[in-house]
Amino acid sequence: MSSNIPWWSSEIFWKKTAIWVTGVMFVVLIALTLNTLPQISVGSERVPAYSVINKHIGYEFNDERNFQVPVIGGDAPLFGKVLSEEEAEALVTHGKKVTQGRNCMGCHTLLGNGSYFAPDLTKAWLDPGWSSEGEREQMMIDFLMHPQENARSFGSGRTMPDLHISEDEAKAVIAFLKWMSSIDTNGFPYNFTVIDKEG
Amino acid sequence: MSIANLNGGQQLAVKYFIVAVVLFVAQILFGMLSGIQYLAPDFLQGVLSFNVTRTVHINAMIVWMLYGFIGSVYWLLEEESEIEVVGLKLGNLGFWVLTSAVAVVVLVFLFVQTGPGDDFTRWFVNEGREYIEAPRWADIGIVICMLIFFYNVAATFSKGKWSGIAGVLTLDLVALAGIYLAGMFYTTNISVDQYWWWWVIHLWVEATWEVLVACLMAWGLMKTLGVSRKIVTTWLYIEVALMFGSGILGIGHHYFWIGTPEYWFSIGGLFSALEPIPLVAMVVHAVYDSGVRHTKGNNNPALAWFITHAFGNFFGAGVWGFMHTLPQINLYTHGTQWSASHGHLAFFGAYATIIIAMFYIAAQYVRGQSSFGPALLGNGWKWKWALGLLNFGVVGMTVALLISGYEQSFIERAVGGSTWMGYFAAQIHPWFVQGMQWRMIFGLITSAGIVLLVWDLLTIGKHPAVEKSGQAQTAS
Ligand code: HEM
Ligand code: HEM
Ligand SMILES: [Fe+2]
Repeated sequence: MSSNIPWWSSEIFWKKTAIWVTGVMFVVLIALTLNTLPQISVGSERVPAYSVINKHIGYEFNDERNFQVPVIGGDAPLFGKVLSEEEAEALVTHGKKVTQGRNCMGCHTLLGNGSYFAPDLTKAWLDPGWSSEGEREQMMIDFLMHPQENARSFGSGRTMPDLHISEDEAKAVIAFLKWMSSIDTNGFPYNFTVIDKEG
Repeated sequence: MSIANLNGGQQLAVKYFIVAVVLFVAQILFGMLSGIQYLAPDFLQGVLSFNVTRTVHINAMIVWMLYGFIGSVYWLLEEESEIEVVGLKLGNLGFWVLTSAVAVVVLVFLFVQTGPGDDFTRWFVNEGREYIEAPRWADIGIVICMLIFFYNVAATFSKGKWSGIAGVLTLDLVALAGIYLAGMFYTTNISVDQYWWWWVIHLWVEATWEVLVACLMAWGLMKTLGVSRKIVTTWLYIEVALMFGSGILGIGHHYFWIGTPEYWFSIGGLFSALEPIPLVAMVVHAVYDSGVRHTKGNNNPALAWFITHAFGNFFGAGVWGFMHTLPQINLYTHGTQWSASHGHLAFFGAYATIIIAMFYIAAQYVRGQSSFGPALLGNGWKWKWALGLLNFGVVGMTVALLISGYEQSFIERAVGGSTWMGYFAAQIHPWFVQGMQWRMIFGLITSAGIVLLVWDLLTIGKHPAVEKSGQAQTAS
């Protein structure tokens, strides 16, 4: 009876196939990972160095790639203070840790991943909701420290809870958001309107 | 309840199952709270804000499913290896350690909630990364308990009998535990952070968990339908080849927009588009086997849930996943209610279902019944209604979320350009709000289903109806 079983439906054939397919796919994933990680390390073309927070950041349509890409411009130090590479890293790191400690991802998406209860934060730094580039930093500090009083939820009634963010923490978070907005996300979010570029 | 006629592994399995059911109920409860907050944003705001209720909702889910899997493996371990579990005492200890750790984590989530932006918070309060919010100390505890579990499994199979199912299961557990380590470090670089985060999330649900449930399915079809071991084992290898062949590189569908290079468009799009194939294959397998045997099994509720698993996995993961997996579509659907729609149907359809099937297999033994069939009290109306309500409820929620998702991807993403204002323009649109309302209505139906399910599991087979032959059974 067993001699009637064609090779393509035999147990041993599929056992070998399963092992080989799994092994090959895993090796390919490792190879791709080794190729990708350097391309997304801090200071690479796609993921700029933390000191990018000293610069103006834009998000402009690129004809060649056919979507918007971050554009790093002239000097525009965050809170008017030029930071060294180390200082910038320390500030952004503190900001990222605050976002994790307060569980921002429990309501927001970052790079589009997280929860859908509140707006995506990928390009929050560039959002036209902060009135103008001149007013932006102060508005962001006020909002993060007192989200209930400064809510802009457009009639949805949904507000951000008061997470007791101190001024230092707020500044660190803003540094993190500014840095995140400089990451090349292959055109996500699409068709985004950048602050001071309306109309 | 007579736990005495169970073998050692099965007794431990029942403990895992009981905690799983409790956490399943907690999951639904906190899901309802999160859902209400969409419609009434002030509800519990500041006390249990949305980020708290949602975190408990999804973490309770991950943990109850892991408990369900661990329990399921302990359940079949002695039968499959034909010897007693090696190191069962240690396994029991692991259960209590893990359960205490879970209890502490939940209490901290509920009462401490958040902390300052320092390392202490990440180690002891909340890591703030979706699905793996559990603080670092708990991660380490989980890994230790998983090692104990793995030791039980590997040592038992090594000492007893190795089967095809045993081999696949053991290797899969190595991968499953190993992948968890990818989520256990801190980095400020959010692109690298999310790169590895997806290793945990994606390589769990679309690779290692899928293979784990394929093992359970193989065993379950032998068990409930008496399909031959040779057929299920061959089939299991086919499933593994197709699943890992598509699912491992399918991870690329999460690498479109997180800073990673553009070549992931092609790799992620192609391989994830192939992921539904093994899920179709499983439907064919399950339906064919049931048909051949005229669905005459000895445990009807378990068999019904196994079949539901095959279809739920195909629709929730296969169809709903495929719908938004190509980059051209995902650009607009990424991070919208589309993801929530898919997430609900996939986790329920693929994983909740098969674990519930295992609950019923356990219940049959615990109650000492030779069969869960027509002889059940009231012709088994409770399990039938629980099955119907849960499926109707989750499918209804899925469709409601999909409608909101369509609206959101058009109004916020395509038209509104994903700004803050675009986001809220979509959220206040009547079509979106109606979707949220229907989600709650179907959420209530789901909740009714879970109440009935728990009631049924607590009572099924306790008082068997009068047998068809007419002889009265003694009520226990
Ligand atoms: C009464 C039933 C339920 C209700 C009302 C409910 C409600 C919710 C809500 C409001 C969210 C947050 C979505 C967001 O961020 O906007 C959520 C997330 C989620 N729920 Fe449920 N849920 C229910 C049952 C379930 C079940 C049965 C499962 C699976 C077995 C499930 C799995 C999930 C998952 C995986 C997420 C995360 C989705 C994502 O991030 O894309 N839920 N649920
Ligand atoms: C049982 C298996 C599966 C489960 C439990 C599952 C669950 C999920 C969940 C919960 C998310 C949302 C993650 C988040 O919170 O950000 C997600 C995202 C996603 N899933 Fe699945 N999934 C499964 C299988 C699949 C399959 C087979 C495909 C493709 C054919 C797929 C395609 C996707 C895509 C493209 C996303 C990204 C959504 C976005 O861009 O926001 N999934 N999945
Ligand atoms: Fe995935």
